[in-house]
Amino acid sequence: MSLDFNSPAFEVIRNEKKCIQCKVCVRQCSNKVHSYDDEDNVIYSDDIKCVNCHRCVVLCPTRALVIKKYPLEFRENANWTGAVLDEIYKQSQTGGVLLSSMGNPKSFPIYWDKMLLNASQVTNPSIDPLREPMETKVMIGRKPEKLEFDAKGKLLTKMPPQVELSVPIMFSAMSYGSISRNAHESLAKAATELGICYNTGEGGLNRDFYKYGKNTIVQVASGRFGVHKEYLNAGAAIEIKIGQGAKPGIGGHLPGRKVGEDVSATRMIPVGSDAISPAPHHDIYSIEDLRQLIFSLKEATNYGKPVFVKIAAVHNSAAIASGIVRAGADAIVIDGFRGGTGAAPTRVRDNVGIPIELALAAIDQRLREEEIRNEVSLIIAGSIRNSADVVKAVALGADAVYIGSAAVAALGCHLCRSCSTGKCNWGIATQEPELVKRLNPDIMYKRLVNLISAWNHEIQELLGGMGINAIDSLRGNRLMLRGIDLNEKELEILGIKYAGE
Amino acid sequence: MLKEGELRIPSGCAISGIIDKESKRFCGEEIIKSIALMHDRSNGLGGGFAAYGIYPQYKDLYALHIFYDNLSVKMQTEDFISKYFEIESAGTIPTRSVPSVKNKPLIWRYFVHPKNYTVKGDIIDDDEFTSRYVIKINKEFKGVYIFSSGKNMGTFKGVGYPEDIGEFFMLDTYEAYMWTAHGRFPTNTPGWWGGAHPFTMLNWSVIHNGEISSYDANRRFVEMYGYKCTLQTDTEVITYLFDLLVRKHNIPIEKAIKVVAAPFWDDIERESKELQNELKSIRSVYASALINGPFSIILGYEKGMIALNDRIKLRSLVAAEKGNRTYVASEESAIRIICDSPDRVWSPKGGEPVIALLEGEQK
Repeated sequence: MSLDFNSPAFEVIRNEKKCIQCKVCVRQCSNKVHSYDDEDNVIYSDDIKCVNCHRCVVLCPTRALVIKKYPLEFRENANWTGAVLDEIYKQSQTGGVLLSSMGNPKSFPIYWDKMLLNASQVTNPSIDPLREPMETKVMIGRKPEKLEFDAKGKLLTKMPPQVELSVPIMFSAMSYGSISRNAHESLAKAATELGICYNTGEGGLNRDFYKYGKNTIVQVASGRFGVHKEYLNAGAAIEIKIGQGAKPGIGGHLPGRKVGEDVSATRMIPVGSDAISPAPHHDIYSIEDLRQLIFSLKEATNYGKPVFVKIAAVHNSAAIASGIVRAGADAIVIDGFRGGTGAAPTRVRDNVGIPIELALAAIDQRLREEEIRNEVSLIIAGSIRNSADVVKAVALGADAVYIGSAAVAALGCHLCRSCSTGKCNWGIATQEPELVKRLNPDIMYKRLVNLISAWNHEIQELLGGMGINAIDSLRGNRLMLRGIDLNEKELEILGIKYAGE
Repeated sequence: MLKEGELRIPSGCAISGIIDKESKRFCGEEIIKSIALMHDRSNGLGGGFAAYGIYPQYKDLYALHIFYDNLSVKMQTEDFISKYFEIESAGTIPTRSVPSVKNKPLIWRYFVHPKNYTVKGDIIDDDEFTSRYVIKINKEFKGVYIFSSGKNMGTFKGVGYPEDIGEFFMLDTYEAYMWTAHGRFPTNTPGWWGGAHPFTMLNWSVIHNGEISSYDANRRFVEMYGYKCTLQTDTEVITYLFDLLVRKHNIPIEKAIKVVAAPFWDDIERESKELQNELKSIRSVYASALINGPFSIILGYEKGMIALNDRIKLRSLVAAEKGNRTYVASEESAIRIICDSPDRVWSPKGGEPVIALLEGEQK
């Protein structure tokens, strides 16, 4: 093999005056960046192995470490950037498809940051959430067209199954396999304490976690890993995953080395075998097939669980969403192109799909034009970063949001985007026992509870400012939004006015 | 400057309503006196009245009250109306000259019923047919505005203080068993007559004080059911919400009130299982019909009058009873000026309706 042309991405800078050679960094780094030379009593760092996950930096007792972008520069070129060249070096060396982790990091517009919220002044009062009730509860599921009462005023309509969420936020699908058992348990415990739901992802559900069923959404994806009747009945709702925002149009691949005893049992596949999810569901080649799967799942659960259908935000999402409603789904989940992933081909992640804000606005509007918006719940995912994003999503028309990247960040993820290596130093995206045990679910779940509770306070504060005391009144309330730095077309699609209008 | 309907104008207001539950009719002087007392709650940019029981001789016909900008749109509109409706009677609405009431449009009144062959019996009834054409004309005809379309009731409104509008329309010459009145304090208005309250649709009339913060959620919800919010006012969307819930979805009025001023989730948790299920269903299915932000409204319809506050009472509303009569108003003084010793005066709690129906009517 010829020379490796790649240079390090990061530089590890150790302040020798501060370093006490305690070797925490040596023990903590699964990438083996740091090594101790006992002859010289000094610790060396190999920059090229560093993924910049900050594990050593955070744990260093004397704060002796800093990681910086590697200062090596290519000759300036606006077109042939260093990143472009590095990818060419990698591919010409390996002949492989480039893999990436987490969501699309490129500098596409972030529409959340181009929308501003309203507040009450004089003509109506803002409401103080510390003094007045402020409701953030939502009900997810199919709604009948109308309610019927008998002559005595008794309700006749029987409601389809609903999932009750205390806050319109859920934890996105992340499979057991792509993330660790302890990460899963942290999500499950937090969802239970918060009165929301987490999502199993496509890897089945470990039997130890059936006890969190009321707060679990069980996923059925194209690989059907770990899907059986008991599993379908274990959760509060079922989600059919058609697509994922990070990799629309393609399936998934969990490498065999991540399939240990426990993952193998949960997924119902042999130990060490690759778990490959096909790109399409091979029993769904069109919308009418989707209807059959939706109703098979409803049959299997005696019509007791709402069935969600998740798709990636793509060009014609609005029409697809309409079809999904008519196919009988109780909720639609739309995952935007910024959505995270354990591993996706870089070219797909960075170039396929559309921003969730635009997809959401278009879908909500389309379903209203077809007069079916009120029949389903609309859940969005794909880079909700904070409570303001949640509020803006609801104002555009979402019933609830999923958060994945933000949730793992609460558990310690520093978005080093190396999940696919399986060496996550934070114990999240790994199956290596000594790494997994770094994440103690009994302690770490509280960080998730804190995060969502904090966001809930902020949502209440923003709602109160707008003179609203139930999140229902914000849903689809686009007059509460104004655009900034947007063109006419973008405003039209988002269905909002420009600031000052 | 954009006209109302082309932009959204928040406004504060005064409201007042009187009903005689035995359907005894009385003239408009009392309601004018009541609303006039609250002069300072209006700013001269809108006033109006709804009166029920005023057209007994035409009680089975829809009374269309229409503003026209000019004669040519009047002719076009009349051509259109006569294509789909029999016009039993047509004429101007009598007015008296009042110095402060200026720039009046042409104001006409028609008593009509849908032509039989245009109504396809099983598919839509007379009410639905009429409401669709009213919405269509208001949406598509420039310079035309149908501001009242009920049976045996009518709305009278315009730009001015309510007491001046009452005098202008000679309301002292009408007798009704129920009157509601509105004085408006818009923060920004070009003074368009159609923008004044009450807003009506068929027999529904709504007057409203407040600025609802759920406006666009409510608007986008009702627009899924064939309504078109041409005015962008709270009153308009509230009227459509009630029309949708009570007329189209056939929901009892008491339940409809639970939709727009829904009980809090925490309170629902304390109810019996059966009631919990009902209230949860209401809040789930009609979540987008919850009216949020400050409001006090008086709703009139053929059965009577309903007054309602938002869930946390961010607007004033006082009610009183004396004999067969029920009074509601923004201020107690507006009741006492016309009813000096009421049997009972109270301030309804947030979300708790005052329901005053004609004798023999079911809630």
